Amino acid sequence: MSSTSLASSSIESEWVLPSRGRVGMFCLIAAESAIFTIFVVAYIYYIGKSLAGPMPKDVLELPIFATICLLSSSLTIHFAVGALRNGKSGIFGIWWFVTIALGAIFLVETGREWYDLIFEKGLTINTNLFGTTYFSLVGLHAFHVTVGLIGLAIGMVLALLGKVKQEHSERADVFSLYWHFVDVVWIVVFTVVYIIGR
Amino acid sequence: MSSESIALNPSDESTRPIGDRLHDWVTTVDHKKLGIMYILYALVFLVIGGIEATIMRIQLIVPHNHFVSPQVFNRMFTMHGTTMIFFVAMPIMFGFGNYLVPLMIGARDMAFPRLNAWSFWLAAFGGLLLYFSFIGGDGLYGAGSAPDVGWFAYAPLTARVFSVGHSTDFWTLGLLVSGIGSIGTAANIVATILCLRCPGMTLGKMPLLAWMNLVMAALVLLAISPLTAAQIMLSLDRYLGAHFFDTQAGGSAVIWMHFFWIFGHPEVYVLVIPAFAFASEIIPVFSRKPIFGYPVMVAATVTIGFVSFTVWAHHMFTVGMNSYANSFFTISTMIVGVPTGIKIFNWIGTMWGGKIQLKTPMLFCIGFLFQFLIAGLTGIMLAVAPFDWQLGNSYFVVAHFHYVIVGAILFALFGAFYYWFPKMSGRMYNETLGKWHFWLFLIGFHLTFDFMHIPGLLGMPRRIYTYEPGRGWDTWNLIITIGVLFQAAGILVFVGNLLWSRLRGPACTTDPWDAWTLEWSTSSPPPEYNFATIPVVRSRRPLWDIKHPEDPDWKYE
Repeated sequence: MSSTSLASSSIESEWVLPSRGRVGMFCLIAAESAIFTIFVVAYIYYIGKSLAGPMPKDVLELPIFATICLLSSSLTIHFAVGALRNGKSGIFGIWWFVTIALGAIFLVETGREWYDLIFEKGLTINTNLFGTTYFSLVGLHAFHVTVGLIGLAIGMVLALLGKVKQEHSERADVFSLYWHFVDVVWIVVFTVVYIIGR
Repeated sequence: MSSESIALNPSDESTRPIGDRLHDWVTTVDHKKLGIMYILYALVFLVIGGIEATIMRIQLIVPHNHFVSPQVFNRMFTMHGTTMIFFVAMPIMFGFGNYLVPLMIGARDMAFPRLNAWSFWLAAFGGLLLYFSFIGGDGLYGAGSAPDVGWFAYAPLTARVFSVGHSTDFWTLGLLVSGIGSIGTAANIVATILCLRCPGMTLGKMPLLAWMNLVMAALVLLAISPLTAAQIMLSLDRYLGAHFFDTQAGGSAVIWMHFFWIFGHPEVYVLVIPAFAFASEIIPVFSRKPIFGYPVMVAATVTIGFVSFTVWAHHMFTVGMNSYANSFFTISTMIVGVPTGIKIFNWIGTMWGGKIQLKTPMLFCIGFLFQFLIAGLTGIMLAVAPFDWQLGNSYFVVAHFHYVIVGAILFALFGAFYYWFPKMSGRMYNETLGKWHFWLFLIGFHLTFDFMHIPGLLGMPRRIYTYEPGRGWDTWNLIITIGVLFQAAGILVFVGNLLWSRLRGPACTTDPWDAWTLEWSTSSPPPEYNFATIPVVRSRRPLWDIKHPEDPDWKYE
């Protein structure tokens, strides 16, 4: 093509565009944020509008331990990606595993909370508006944690098989964006459900 | 230029067994094949949605008609609206975006080819799910029914007690599934445009089509997701007994309206911004002038994107909101008129003093310009809350939004079909048939939708299956239905032209329009790899630079 005559080599050598993985993940995060926004708006709109009990202040307890676990998993995945970037696959595997453990503890804690609410305190998704909005918002978040854990587990299997190398650090980094997002959403959910809503 | 194309795939396409070729299409991750599949899939649904509209118009041709029952009429307007928005307009825009964006920015494919295929098949299965309701809507017993809750499905019509059977669930699932596909495609378009531009193509040198697809994709990400969220809530209500939209348990029917229109209004811009994109590529080429006011066009598009998220409740004036909300949404809706008006002036400025060639694509774009202007003017009228109280939910509103969707979006789309048909098929369409299509459709469009304003002004509400004689609506409804005949004839000419030209049309050159964007630098149809060597650009019109090395654009930009 004759356009090569127009090509100044300086254009090509300086031509750096953003990573498609990061951009794609940010797009997903934008879309997911919009979904969560709608659920959060519904939650806030329906605070105090339940016609019958149980009410949030009667049954909800602050999930401090689960929150600490989930938020610290953001730190551990950050360490894991940093280790991989420096080529330390072993340390990556350790931090990655700790991340999975912390995420799993969070899910188990959510499960225990739900078991308590459903079987001890008699709150289900169709009891009242609080139940409707609580289970759907917390459930949507827990669903995202579950998806994240599946992704993390696949990464763990690959790491155990010795297939995760330094050149994969960008992929791990992109995945960690999702995990950070899930954590940030939890901060919002925690504030809305357990602080404002109670 | 095409002499440099590499023979990667030497076997002649037409000699391979049909099963192999079909397998290629089903398993493809090539953006051009996926784009064409999107377009063909949307065309099938366009014909189906058109038949549904025709059934409604036959029912309304005279008062007290008994062509279909009220129940069938309700299903027809629900399916017509849902089909046209979600399974015609969206996939067709995605199809063109898919096909054109990588070619115009000098890329070999989309950023995530497999995600692209996944998104397409989700959209396709979404449409199948919706139409499966005709046989599965009442479960395994009964004759089956399609959803009849209207395309915006207000609560409590969708509650389990008022919508028994599964028809509403097919509606919900169909939109949920195709919505997830839309989010995938939008992410793909954004990543492609931001990360795969060829060397030299800074954001300020991108073709306007790429810019507008970028804004459209951003809108899809932020606007389709609220609909997805609302559909999840509706499913929870219907299946798990949640109370989001259940007024009996303190829930709110109005919040569904808010959630729906937070999606619904930006959706209009999701559809019209690609139409702007087609006009912005076609009008300059057939006016033989570069686009007038490129930076202003980009700024106006981005502004429309932002403002479109602040106008949704103008669909809800008749619901009854407080005066602050009414004032806010009146003003914000009027503000949209500013950037869109700027665009109209820029297109006219492009044509001004140009050597205008009235080929079929240009004819459709000129139709688009005038009709979009009128659609915008009735939009400004309806933005005024008291005016809307009088005419909301009347045929005036129906006429207004069909002016946008048919008069503007569909006209620009037809222009795009004729403009890029030679590139996609490698053959030239028939210009005479194209002109027949334009004039038939133009006459039909104006007969139908100009006169549809009048029964609206006379008080005819939308969605009624019949009406009393002697209210002054009879003649207008007759004229409206006659217009449908012309439109249907136009569509027949269009489909016939496409089929005939695809099979028998004369082969066309790489660049039949003497155009300036990169897709015209590769062969028609483009090879699987698009460009043998990745192009390097220095201006907004790279092909102009090549054709006119003595006077290239980059000296002035």
